[in-house]
Amino acid sequence: MANGSGRPLSPHLQVYKLPLTAVMSITHRITGVGLAVGTLLLVWWLVAAAAGPQAFARAQGFIGSFFGLLLMFGWSAALYYHLCNGIRHLVWDAGKSFELTDADRNNKVVLVATAVLTVLTWIVGLAVW
Amino acid sequence: MVEFNLPANSKVGVGKTVNVANGAKRAKTFKIYRWNPDDGQNPRVDSYVVDLDKFGPMILDAIIYIKNQVDSTLTFRRSCREGICGSCAMNIDGTNTLACLKAIEDVPGDVKIYPLPHMPVVKDLVPDLKHIYAQLASIKPWLQSQSPAPSRERLQSPEDRAKLDGLYECILCFCCSTSCPSYWWNGDRYLGPSILLQAYRWIADSRDEMTGERLDNLEDPFRLYRCHTIMNCTKACPKGLNPAKAIAEIKKLMVARR
Repeated sequence: MANGSGRPLSPHLQVYKLPLTAVMSITHRITGVGLAVGTLLLVWWLVAAAAGPQAFARAQGFIGSFFGLLLMFGWSAALYYHLCNGIRHLVWDAGKSFELTDADRNNKVVLVATAVLTVLTWIVGLAVW
Repeated sequence: MVEFNLPANSKVGVGKTVNVANGAKRAKTFKIYRWNPDDGQNPRVDSYVVDLDKFGPMILDAIIYIKNQVDSTLTFRRSCREGICGSCAMNIDGTNTLACLKAIEDVPGDVKIYPLPHMPVVKDLVPDLKHIYAQLASIKPWLQSQSPAPSRERLQSPEDRAKLDGLYECILCFCCSTSCPSYWWNGDRYLGPSILLQAYRWIADSRDEMTGERLDNLEDPFRLYRCHTIMNCTKACPKGLNPAKAIAEIKKLMVARR
């Protein structure tokens, strides 16, 4: 607590060993922000498609470039993470899975599901592309 | 407000090293946060190298030994030394817990000891709990009823009594609240896990008749809803209680009464 007493504030983030549940909580927020930014890319792509073949080719060229694909990969991973962890929050909101053993298990479920869905999407995506 | 860095007067420096482990078979270093309100200096971390064969197995045994035998200026709270008073709550090896219940052998390497996180420091390992006690008072942690007092005790069925298990055992050590990032950033208005668990303890009590008023008091974007289920509280609780679940139960009741 900040206060005017002249007392120092004890260390917090500097010393606390954040458990995986806490790291995944802040990651949920970070991926949420990332998704909002990523949506701009999607909007640009759609607007370009409406604007004409030249604009669309430019957008398509950027997204298909190495850097563009890297962004898309990060965005898809963020999307799946946010989705899977969002479902977990839904379960929590129902008052379930609050035991520490549940939390440890669900940490793994969310991480594995995110990895599997992301890789699967890219396998399918690159095969079709 | 989210502030990742410590204010200028709170930055921690390196202090002295005292070695009293000459000839020890089992030496261990304790790195302990120190702050003296009288010398006008910033906090520092002092190192004490001690012989583990000179005292008992718990962290509390070690810091009592240091205070009694090595440096009498070291200041901390302690009382029962068996996990029932909640006085010796502190941050040990990066996690909030009770010094009396934490075994030294469970800490690999040097033992780092800090006060409960993100609190104003009174001296060394003693945090100022004034604000959190005021928050406790705000939820009226006592039985409130409107019906006339019966001639004897207010009775409760075994089933209703069982609803208080996992709640009444809280010793108010505040390991949970001070482990919670939401409480760090918004502790001025967010009540934090310990106080919300206390609030639920009275909401869940079949003998209490002020449930509606208690929920009204919590229906607030900050007091209750700054909980984002980070789960640090439940991880930290040295009594094995589940404040995160208690908060979720309050949130459910909020929805149910709409």
